Amino acid sequence: MMGSLVAVYRRELTAYFQTPLAYVFLAVFAFAAPAFAFHIGRFFDTNRADLAPLFDYLPWLLVILMPALAMRAWAEEKDRGTLEFLMSLPIPLWASTGGKFLAAWTVAAAAIVLTMPMWIAVNYLGEPDNAAIATAYVGALLLAGSYLAIGQALSATTANQVVAFVLGAGACFLLTMAGLPLVLSVLGENAPAALSEFIAGLSALEHYDALRNGVIAVADLVYFLGLILAALGAAGVMIAEQRGGGR
Amino acid sequence: MLVADHLVKEFGGLRAVEDVSFRLERGEVLGFLGPNGAGKSTTMRMLAGCLEPDSGSARIAGHDCVQDRIEAQSRLGYLPEGAPAYPAMTPRAFVAFGLQVRGFSGDALKRATELALERARLGAAASQPIGTLSKGYKRRAALAAAIAHDPAVLILDEPTDGLDPNQKDGVRALIREMAPEKAIIISTHILDEVPAVCSRAIIIAQGRLLFDGSPHALEKLTPDGSIETAFRLLTTGGCPVGDAA
Repeated sequence: MMGSLVAVYRRELTAYFQTPLAYVFLAVFAFAAPAFAFHIGRFFDTNRADLAPLFDYLPWLLVILMPALAMRAWAEEKDRGTLEFLMSLPIPLWASTGGKFLAAWTVAAAAIVLTMPMWIAVNYLGEPDNAAIATAYVGALLLAGSYLAIGQALSATTANQVVAFVLGAGACFLLTMAGLPLVLSVLGENAPAALSEFIAGLSALEHYDALRNGVIAVADLVYFLGLILAALGAAGVMIAEQRGGGR
Repeated sequence: MLVADHLVKEFGGLRAVEDVSFRLERGEVLGFLGPNGAGKSTTMRMLAGCLEPDSGSARIAGHDCVQDRIEAQSRLGYLPEGAPAYPAMTPRAFVAFGLQVRGFSGDALKRATELALERARLGAAASQPIGTLSKGYKRRAALAAAIAHDPAVLILDEPTDGLDPNQKDGVRALIREMAPEKAIIISTHILDEVPAVCSRAIIIAQGRLLFDGSPHALEKLTPDGSIETAFRLLTTGGCPVGDAA
């Protein structure tokens, strides 16, 4: 059974690099991440040897780019009719969703690795807390994974990749925004405190912030891994529904 | 080897398949005939485990296509309607993917891949992206993927559609060559194909099974001994006849 997951993973990873998608994605990421850090985050002006300017803006870059990476997962299979071929193979659904997810996550990880020259640069310029930076990278990877899983789940709802992208980016945006004071203030003073707290607790940003600050808490890891598994489970259920043929 | 047991499928209140039952044993080549929209592809999709029946069941080598899908599908080679394939992959990589999913690796993977490409007569096209190939080569790539793991049951939805006469002959020869060892279903619009490759024919229309018997018995249904006339008579008249219907 693991063999089929590995086969799907390999096929998907190759597919990313057989089209310009992965190259365009990596190039955009390699330029955009430092651009955010240098221009908006004022990387040099902070006079601090850390990567805070990078990790502050990374979630917003991921909100756009991860759904772009995940949009093809199922929408493309449906559009090209290859879903029929895939569904006729003796692959358990967890293996096809898992293989697709891991392939996209690998491309995302490669993109995140492309920001590492900045890590080297801050070590050259000063004495950063490398353990904290490593933790922040783990946070970035988990955040990217969550967005990819959500993107894949929404890709399973449509045969149109553009629709999948818009739905994915919208969902990731909402999930990221949930904990911001802006959203919580819209809820107003009328909303019960428990509700505001619950919504803030759903926010990906809130959980990412702890990791970004170098703190690894079990609750945050459970949140991200739970979110990934739940979204992939939802994708699996929707694809399994295809077998029902609208029953 | 393959059993369709009172299969029923509805789409939005419309009965696409209505109580279709038949059995297929090793050595049989079944021609699955019917007009467009008769329910051929829907029946084949249910047999292939791609679609779950509303009621009834499908079994491959004793394994239920819904409850025991993985086991059933591992004994099946399926060429879906339109022969879908990943355009960026080469036929060689496409065939290898289907084999890897089924646990093939190393030398066995290489041997099975090359044998399937050779049997489907892909030639030099085996190394070109499927998206750049003609319709005929694309279909042969999908056919190669369906036969590569030497399955006990083959379900081929219009395997000769879009092929030129030489390619059609090649596919028919391949089916005849594999026939003794397998249970094979082919759907086709080309009625000449039935006596040429099939040992048995089923005709369905509006989701119902109208005829199940030998091509010879089908020919004998009409005074002129033509399958085409028999097909027209059955699918426009709509009364069930034949050996086992």
